[in-house]
Amino acid sequence: MEIIVRDLEETYELASQLANSITTPFLITMSGDLGAGKTTFTKGLAQGLGIKATITSPTFTILKSYEEKVVLHHIDAYRLEGIVQDLGFEEVFEEDAICVVEWFDFIEYALPKERLHIHITLEEENRKFNIEAFGSKYKKVLEEL
Amino acid sequence: MKDIYILGIESSCDETACAIVKNGKEVISNIVATQIDVHKQFGGVLPEVASRIHVENVSIVIEECLEKANMKIEDVDAIAFTQGPGLIGSLHVGVQAAKTLAWAFDKPLVPVHHIKGHILANELVGDIKYPVMALVVSGGHSELVYMSDANHSEIIGSTQDDAIGEAYDKVGRVLGLPYPGGPQIDRLAKEGEAIYTLPTPKTKGIYDLSFSGLKSGVLQFIDRRKRSGESYDPACLAASFQETALNLIVGKTILALNNYDVNQVVLAGGVAANSRLRQMMSEVMEPRKEELLIPPLWCCTDNGAMIACAGYYAFLYGTRATFDVSAKSYFPMD
Repeated sequence: MEIIVRDLEETYELASQLANSITTPFLITMSGDLGAGKTTFTKGLAQGLGIKATITSPTFTILKSYEEKVVLHHIDAYRLEGIVQDLGFEEVFEEDAICVVEWFDFIEYALPKERLHIHITLEEENRKFNIEAFGSKYKKVLEEL
Repeated sequence: MKDIYILGIESSCDETACAIVKNGKEVISNIVATQIDVHKQFGGVLPEVASRIHVENVSIVIEECLEKANMKIEDVDAIAFTQGPGLIGSLHVGVQAAKTLAWAFDKPLVPVHHIKGHILANELVGDIKYPVMALVVSGGHSELVYMSDANHSEIIGSTQDDAIGEAYDKVGRVLGLPYPGGPQIDRLAKEGEAIYTLPTPKTKGIYDLSFSGLKSGVLQFIDRRKRSGESYDPACLAASFQETALNLIVGKTILALNNYDVNQVVLAGGVAANSRLRQMMSEVMEPRKEELLIPPLWCCTDNGAMIACAGYYAFLYGTRATFDVSAKSYFPMD
């Protein structure tokens, strides 16, 4: 599925629509260049999920967890390029939580097969979201979107 | 008064570190295991975030720390440790090491907030005169913290997206600079002028910060120039980015000073090593009544001495952890 988003409000709208249709456990992997809007989309998703905490970039600490009425694990593998480390993420993915993984390709070896994948491309002033579903649960969510 | 020796353990992110500090002022020994050289060698980032690597390092740094101090663990008065915030798996290692030492040698266990450690590290190089406003700027943090004394603090503003150091590193990468990007941008910016207009970050909270829009602004600027076939001067772009980012944090600090009555402004965190930030802060603070405290580089980055130092004040205040204490990745400041 391809969706063109023109501004921040539309990004938040798309994210909150997705938030409404997901049930735990749920895994979203994200890709796209620096500044494409991966963290911004995650902020919108968290808002849609009713999370009150400010979602800030997890680049430095790699994992930030928000435990409110739902649990959101926000992972950023940006700093893990080219290395394989046992970071215990498998445990995180097994939890009854929502996981968002930015720069997923750097830890693809540790990721479950079934997931929703979002690729963001900057096209001049617009952003293009390409959303793909792997697994029946995720395909259903994508159809509802 | 009897001298008080605190052993501090830090493992909240990439560094595994241990230090012994006397009376919250004098560094007896300070050992940091980091992989910064390996980072450079790979031209990218190789973080030591795996708990396993912290586990391998923690005993070594503690042993080396005691050896350098020529002390035995029996000689220290308390064990301080970073409880959070940070990467949970990394934090656990330091917490567990601290608990083990405290239990085995019957020592008081003192939890420390990582950011408070960065701020109180200024005691190792000067005298903090409360109340103070602290500007904490690093790869993982961007916060304005008001402290009425060593044990009471309030975060009055913080980044709503990226930390400033992270924005520096990512812009550095886009400009093709070696890692870490922060010092490289600082250096390159000196060769250029801030002639390009970049988006000024806006936030809801008056003391809050934001760097994500600025980072994207730099990327879009490069993209637009590429599409139109126009060239640009990387040094001028580095200078434009740096001036925009630093104007924001310096401006917010001054705004906070106009509304809070403090004796000092203290800088803390790795970005406090930035030469342009030091210069700008010195200039704006020159006509003001508040004093400016800028720490030397060695105590800006993560280390055990800052935890031992903050641990000293928490120890005197009576802050203690029990053996069921655990690490907190998300850890609000009191």
